[in-house]
Amino acid sequence: MEECRRLSAPFLEKEASNLRAGDEILLSGVIYTARDAAHKRMSDALARGEKLKVDLAGAVIFYAGPSPARPGEPMGSIGPTTSYRMDPYTPMLLELGVKGMIGKGERAEDVVASMKKNGAVYLGATGGIAALLARTIVSSRVLDYEDLGPEALRELEIRDMPLVVLIDSLGSSMYREGPAKFGKSGK
Amino acid sequence: MREVPASKITETVERLFIEANYHLPPDMVSVLERGEQEEQNPVARSVFRTILENRLVASEGRFPLCQDCGMAVVFIDMGQEAAVTGGNLEDAVNEGVRRAYDKGYLRKSIVGEPLFERKNTGDNTPAIIHVRVVHGDRVTITAAPKGAGSENMSALAMLPPAAGPEGLERFVLDTVRKAGPNPCPPIVVGIGVGSDFEGVAELAKRALLRPAGSSGSHPKYAALEAELLRKINELGIGAAGYGGTVTALGVNIEWAPTHIACMPVAVNLCCHANRHCSAEI
Repeated sequence: MEECRRLSAPFLEKEASNLRAGDEILLSGVIYTARDAAHKRMSDALARGEKLKVDLAGAVIFYAGPSPARPGEPMGSIGPTTSYRMDPYTPMLLELGVKGMIGKGERAEDVVASMKKNGAVYLGATGGIAALLARTIVSSRVLDYEDLGPEALRELEIRDMPLVVLIDSLGSSMYREGPAKFGKSGK
Repeated sequence: MREVPASKITETVERLFIEANYHLPPDMVSVLERGEQEEQNPVARSVFRTILENRLVASEGRFPLCQDCGMAVVFIDMGQEAAVTGGNLEDAVNEGVRRAYDKGYLRKSIVGEPLFERKNTGDNTPAIIHVRVVHGDRVTITAAPKGAGSENMSALAMLPPAAGPEGLERFVLDTVRKAGPNPCPPIVVGIGVGSDFEGVAELAKRALLRPAGSSGSHPKYAALEAELLRKINELGIGAAGYGGTVTALGVNIEWAPTHIACMPVAVNLCCHANRHCSAEI
């Protein structure tokens, strides 16, 4: 818990490869929010050969749909949604340069394989502490798909967002080690 | 007949959904505080601490507990001597939800059609409304916003009667194990047993309304709840799925009569933000 590394997004493969499952980090910089519907839109646009409004090189995508911002606040509550729903779209985005994803829950095998191949990491934010995480948002603007409301593609500037490395670029998973240590019999 | 204006129902629903999304109910606070004490994994213990800290920030009324402000699930116990005047009950509830999610700066998470268009309705309606007709002239309304992370991990099985309590246990443990970190543990486990296919799912959801950490009134069910809680915690999933000794904060079972050939079981998981709030009109 004590060792907290600071990292800035977007980041390079080299920086991602220094992270290990279980590491706690504080992430700052520029990240993007996209969840179910935005992933489908991006995927459809790429299939049509269109260019996206988001620069995927070294990008970190936060699987999140925030609550509306009150006047004077950059953002409402924000936290991770469950990542497996984005799995079908993820290898494609990793091939295009995405280096980090923020979410919660396990990932599919082909996603982990693609992370290893492309040197990317999967970071975890604790689900359901969205009022606390909101405090790490410095600014927010909608980049695309505004009609999707909470599911719009957003660019966020963040400062010191507390995250845990869930799956590193070697494919090691925090979800395997932790529960194995504390579970009895598994029945 | 006692007259209950539809506008009163709208106002109450509005107030309850804002309250539920900003204030964690006392039963949840106490089981979370106990969980923090009991958890043996330091990493998971720190998750408990952030959950409790989050609840304090949310209670200031500017940031909801979770960005997923839920589907608006509403339970109404309608006294048979009460009559709604000046409008339709369902419309009144939906108007209350619409106002709460607008004025309360709550996320609107409902799509109008589930398969093809999936277009957000923009006001978090329609609500899921369960009405029960009861004695008396009062109207009791419970607002229970339900997030999708835990809802997606819920399951229903039409078990054969021979499966018995062991079969129920196996199904519940399988459901929780498969869910792993997805439903945002520490979770509350609502279980329905009996009734029929659609009835058992409602029982499981109603079970989530009972205070976490309370016991069922039937001693055999109370014992089963305690045993399931112990076995779920032995799975080692822990808070946020990071590994730990406290995965569930409570197991609540609601049961009902069923067919001679049936033993329906439904498991409705809820995240640590088990939001519910009631009022009587």
